[in-house]
Amino acid sequence: MTDLKQLNKAIVDGDAKKAAEVTKAALAEGAKPLDLIQNHMIPAMDEVGKLFEEEEYFVPELLLSGRAMRAAFELIKPLMVAQGVQPTGRVVIGTVQGDLHDIGKNLVAAMLEGAGFEVTDLGADVKPEAFVEAVKAKNANIVAFSAMLTVTMPKMATTIEALKAAGLRDRVKVMVGGAPISQAYCEEIGADAYSDSASAAAALARDIMVGTTVTAQYQEKGEKALAGIAATAKGTK
Amino acid sequence: MTKSKTFKTLAVSSPQDLLFGFSPKPVNCGFDLTIGNGTVFPEVNFTLPVMNITQATWPEVLAHYEEMATNILKRAVAMKVPGIVLEFEQLPQMTETPEWGAEITALLERHLKQAYEKYGLKGAARITPADIRGPAGVKGVKPVMRHGELWEKLNRSFDLCIAAGGDLISIESIGAKEVHDEGLMYGDTRAIVFSLGVLACRDMTWLWDQIVAKCEKNGHSVAAGDTACGFANTSMVLAYQKMLPDVVAAVDRAMCGVRTLKAVESGARGPSKDCGYENPIVKAISGIPISQEGKSATCAHFSHVGNISASMCDLWSNESVQNIRLLSGNAPEAYTELLAYDCKLMNIANSHKQGHIFQSWMVESDQNVTAVGTILTPEAVYNIAKAIVAEDTDYHRTVAAGKAALAIIQKSVDSKKLVLGKKELTWLERLHKEFAALPKDENVLTEEITGTLGHLFDPECYGLPVHATAGSAR
Repeated sequence: MTDLKQLNKAIVDGDAKKAAEVTKAALAEGAKPLDLIQNHMIPAMDEVGKLFEEEEYFVPELLLSGRAMRAAFELIKPLMVAQGVQPTGRVVIGTVQGDLHDIGKNLVAAMLEGAGFEVTDLGADVKPEAFVEAVKAKNANIVAFSAMLTVTMPKMATTIEALKAAGLRDRVKVMVGGAPISQAYCEEIGADAYSDSASAAAALARDIMVGTTVTAQYQEKGEKALAGIAATAKGTK
Repeated sequence: MTKSKTFKTLAVSSPQDLLFGFSPKPVNCGFDLTIGNGTVFPEVNFTLPVMNITQATWPEVLAHYEEMATNILKRAVAMKVPGIVLEFEQLPQMTETPEWGAEITALLERHLKQAYEKYGLKGAARITPADIRGPAGVKGVKPVMRHGELWEKLNRSFDLCIAAGGDLISIESIGAKEVHDEGLMYGDTRAIVFSLGVLACRDMTWLWDQIVAKCEKNGHSVAAGDTACGFANTSMVLAYQKMLPDVVAAVDRAMCGVRTLKAVESGARGPSKDCGYENPIVKAISGIPISQEGKSATCAHFSHVGNISASMCDLWSNESVQNIRLLSGNAPEAYTELLAYDCKLMNIANSHKQGHIFQSWMVESDQNVTAVGTILTPEAVYNIAKAIVAEDTDYHRTVAAGKAALAIIQKSVDSKKLVLGKKELTWLERLHKEFAALPKDENVLTEEITGTLGHLFDPECYGLPVHATAGSAR
């Protein structure tokens, strides 16, 4: 019988290969997917999030753990999909037009993926119309804007206006972040949420999702476990 | 096309030869300005306040640059600076519409000319088009570096800015950032080494051969230099935010010296760009003057190396400040005054032949605070530079720079000068092992990384043969 503590350890250690091996063996032995998620993967990512918050882990350890969690989850996902479960949420992310800085945005994207979101990364220097198209095409729940330059901040407002003009603003939540951005600026331009760090952004996205239809669907289905994965980047549920 | 060279020896004979204001190969440029000949000059970098840049707002943009140039030079004259460099870092829109960047270049040159003719103020303008190649950072899309519309616009931007009279031509190039970023985020030493030692060096040579050729053809513009801003500054800032180990940032910085040096090996003559904290390594090897930033760039970003970064500079910069109102005037002119005072102290120290004493204080204040500071002392820089020129290929030089940095950090830790926490020590040990395990043959690493991270980059864009199977996203 597979020792499922090994799954927890593999995720905390960021060992994707081991995490997949243990998950595969456990599933072959008849382990229940929800049990693996709720009792092993989520607690493991909780621990990782705690280690990061306490500055015991750097970003590489955090992301490697996320990768290990995804390796295990990829094996479980087909079984969950067969039960009609949707992703935690869909996020379109990018650095706004005129701004080439992307490392912060990349970190947020990685954190969101680690938290179970389906992320569409548009890259840097993204035009408002490209955000609009992607939100439409991906039926996104959240669109996240990043800006590193003070001169590109106004493009966040421009992009929000473009979402309004396309009739999408009421369907999608807008998150903003980046060195010159503040909560006050977020409110000034009519965005929904601001985060000052990549790790907090994933938890914030989770919080946003709590009020969305998708999460409501999870709750109706009794599949709270998947939504809970979103909490792991912050280390809280 | 310029033929690249490879430095085999150092331009200095000891760490003592590395001092602010002095470089073995001074550069004459602009309006009678000689950089690296015993005087440190302020390099003022300025940008727009919060605003949209469009055709409709372009007159307002120009008005800002008029105001900034006027006020900076007015304050410089009031401060009686011996000379000044104005740096114009283009915003992407200004490179995407090359005529815009060229228009501001001409504007700055006009102001510098007037100040020179009216007040005798020696000066030059550094023009830095934005590296808009790519697109950068789009998941699943490999950046296009050597052709396409974006490269054509960048190429034209260089042409027009040179034609508009740009005195010093620079760029913060980003070739291989797509792999370097991934390496940093996952703490993947092999990816970081590959990105810098193989891809980035190839892109630098390709790009700077062309920039140098353009400048030489023009005859007035000086191909100045590059910076690892998108590389080691990323790791440095993430380390300060406790998101990456400080020791990774330090080793990354040392390795970036090889990459930034490639511009000079292609014929760039300096001064290398201000935000390249690896520039002292470039100076030690090539002898070109360098620009640096530190304590007077707090308007732009935090650092732990604000004093030590001045210890070997030839230009002293504020990195970037917005044109916003302060009590004493607008921020760019206020920072001109700040830089002028910094430079005055350095120049007075040198005039009394006490530059090395002043330098030792700068060094001591920062060298044991972080691992990045530890590898930026004149002695450390000298040793890293020696390790680089002892090797023949870019890859081996990059590995050698990393190993030299690790040895310097370890020595400092062992002597209890640099105190690192448990996590950092774990990473230091890990880096030693990972560097020892790097393949001797560059092709082995190329094949390996093409297999694992081939989905991120296009080998053809770096002049690599396209034969390995592109890896899938991990």
